[in-house]
Amino acid sequence: MRFRLYRYAPESGEKPFMQDVELDIEPAGRMLLDALIAIKAKDETLSLRRSCREGVCGSDAMNVNGRNRLACITPLSELKQPIEVRPLPGLPVIRDLVVDMEPFYKQYRSVKPWLVNEAPEPEVERLQSPEERALLDGAYECILCACCTTSCPSFWWHAETFVGPAGLLQAYRFIADSRDEDAAARLDNLEDPYRLYRCRGIMNCVDACPKGLNPTEAIGRIKSLLVKRRV
Amino acid sequence: MNLRRFDALIVGGGGAGLRAALQLARSGYKVAVVSKVFPTRSHTVSAQGGITAALGNVDDDRWEWHFYDTVKGGDWLGDQDAIEFMCREAASAVYELEHMGLPFSRLAGGKIYQRPFGGQSKNFGGEQATRTCAAADRTGHALLHTLYQQNLAARTQFFDEVFALDLVRDAEGYCLGVTALDIETGEPLLIEARATLLATGGAGRVFWNSSNAMINTGDGLGMVLRAGLPLQDMEFWQFHPTGIAGVGCLITEGVRGEGGYLLNRHGERFMERYAPHARDLAGRDVVARAIAIEIAEGRGCGPHGDYVEAKLDHLGAAVIAEKLPGIRDLSIRFAGVDPAKSPIPVAPTAHYMMGGIPTNLHGQVVAPARFGPEEPVPGLYAVGECACVSVHGANRLGGNSLLDLVVFGRAAGKHMLETLRENPYPRPMPADAAAASLARLARWAQPGSERVAAITDALRRTMQTHCGVFRTEATLRAGLAELDRLEARLAQAGLTDSSRVFNTARIEALELENLMAVARATLVSALARTESRGAHTREDHPQRDDARWLKHSLYSRAGDAVDAKPVRLKPLTLESVKPEKRVY
Repeated sequence: MRFRLYRYAPESGEKPFMQDVELDIEPAGRMLLDALIAIKAKDETLSLRRSCREGVCGSDAMNVNGRNRLACITPLSELKQPIEVRPLPGLPVIRDLVVDMEPFYKQYRSVKPWLVNEAPEPEVERLQSPEERALLDGAYECILCACCTTSCPSFWWHAETFVGPAGLLQAYRFIADSRDEDAAARLDNLEDPYRLYRCRGIMNCVDACPKGLNPTEAIGRIKSLLVKRRV
Repeated sequence: MNLRRFDALIVGGGGAGLRAALQLARSGYKVAVVSKVFPTRSHTVSAQGGITAALGNVDDDRWEWHFYDTVKGGDWLGDQDAIEFMCREAASAVYELEHMGLPFSRLAGGKIYQRPFGGQSKNFGGEQATRTCAAADRTGHALLHTLYQQNLAARTQFFDEVFALDLVRDAEGYCLGVTALDIETGEPLLIEARATLLATGGAGRVFWNSSNAMINTGDGLGMVLRAGLPLQDMEFWQFHPTGIAGVGCLITEGVRGEGGYLLNRHGERFMERYAPHARDLAGRDVVARAIAIEIAEGRGCGPHGDYVEAKLDHLGAAVIAEKLPGIRDLSIRFAGVDPAKSPIPVAPTAHYMMGGIPTNLHGQVVAPARFGPEEPVPGLYAVGECACVSVHGANRLGGNSLLDLVVFGRAAGKHMLETLRENPYPRPMPADAAAASLARLARWAQPGSERVAAITDALRRTMQTHCGVFRTEATLRAGLAELDRLEARLAQAGLTDSSRVFNTARIEALELENLMAVARATLVSALARTESRGAHTREDHPQRDDARWLKHSLYSRAGDAVDAKPVRLKPLTLESVKPEKRVY
């Protein structure tokens, strides 16, 4: 199979370039990560992140033929050749397919992504009905791979100020949790022309999410809660 | 060299490390978590089915029954004091996770959802119990993210993508911290702490067919062996019955807990023959052996007869969507099968290391020393899969791994607080603290003719062939001979990438050194134990032999020696469960 890989070695003094690579691999039942590992076995200098190789840890997000995807759950058989593999867009490249995730993590941390409940803790669990718990479905499963946020043009232009789809989905996950007491402060934290309202409903995030989540819908719910609060 | 100083140091950002870190950070100490990946990429994230605690939300339950099941599940090799401690603490540890925000699935009344899992019984061996608490089939993801979030709130300091190299100890044996390599910059650093915890996880990548993440390379085990400390019970590796055939990705036991079952090529529910009472929910070692036998005797499915089928379509699409959504995703992606319509092809896959770094109930690493066989190594702790307390004995029960992480992560965190209070000032750092690590790094700057990736592949195939579900003296000796050849090749290996920034080839070389050490410990311990117990099946010694082998193995690198220490059969307060025949 034919690949075109983005290569960048910061110590070389050379500019990034696209490298053509041929690999003898049977695509049936194999994922893009299998191919990249096979390429790396021949050329150790190729650098990428990977861990679970089953789509739950979020390490190996990259741009594949123009779409942000997880290499480990992207079947080779689905990809048009030459398969063009680039680092996630919108984040500084450290080397090859490895980007600096810190701007993404910083926005994640900015929504204070932890449950806040100051009430005395019961000796047993806090009760939550299955209906209340169902509100978290589609919100808690995020794996922080950054496929969504780095596909969002608003984040490309405003990485410092716009929370981005992944961070906003996390914010919603806590706002929606019946056990959380901090919804008002969470909404205050987002009521800002940049932090929340840079979302223009482009919906690249929905298309990019490898877990099938819908950040745009969560963002819409946050916006409507803010509207409700005002009236 | 860059020197960083903290009160406490945690190596590993999975469930065990993060639970311990939280205890320390909330107490106002400066705590650093060093992890070779961003913490939520740790392997805890892959745990599916749940965390076991006798909450009794669905059905009558008592922690004493959980205790009995765990002793029996471990084929009496587990230390009964540690098992009592874990099962006693289980409910409070789970409630605490709920209070932190873990999004557990819920029962109609609003309590935490629980499902039946293998090896669980009511009333000391009676009917099936329903004891495993779950967040759909993503319990590990929910648990790891919750603990990471709480650590963010507690302002734990994270060193992400920093690879720990070696323990630093002084002449009296105190652990003073670790040496490490910053993956992004390629710079070595020395991290000093008055208490150090290893929470580096398992080493399942030592097998070819494995459910484990690629990062599970036994780094903490390598560090401990290089420091001259022993490893315990390394012959005991759990092969999970249901990995996706040919791929290894895990299909949770929760599939069978929810009512799924296994079929051979004749459409027979073969587990009825192997475990007439518990059937598909017998201990994992029992089910994995049964599948291996079905395949070996020609009753496997598919064109090569090399797998069996996990059928769950009868549960209905709604139950699968609500309780097993991740499994459905994995099956569609990796097996091309929608389990709501047709069965999933499955075969045993290397899953969990029961052995590891010997510790006591407080997570203190223990080793034979001047005053006895189990003396704490001052300043050094270990918890989670890299540790051996031992609660899992010769075979771990499903749902007990996440429990182990949080119960002993908490216990170790608490004990580390005491250590910090009793040792308010750091001990002097020896001048040559980093010498051995720098020599290792320098060694990988030398050219060589052999490639790391090729040796790693060969090692994993060797372990799969010679040290799998069934073992004999002959296969193990052949495996050791092969390992000798691989070690000779490793000595000739060099890197073709000499750069500093994000040089993952160098990390993979350092990981291979750790995997090699784990493989040797496993083969040598497996050869020594001439009996079959739990997950360790010697075809040439098919019976359990309590008279000779009701004891832990202790492997030391010096001379490949295997020593022994007694199993603690006396619980903390309960009556001891005497060894008996293990039937399901």
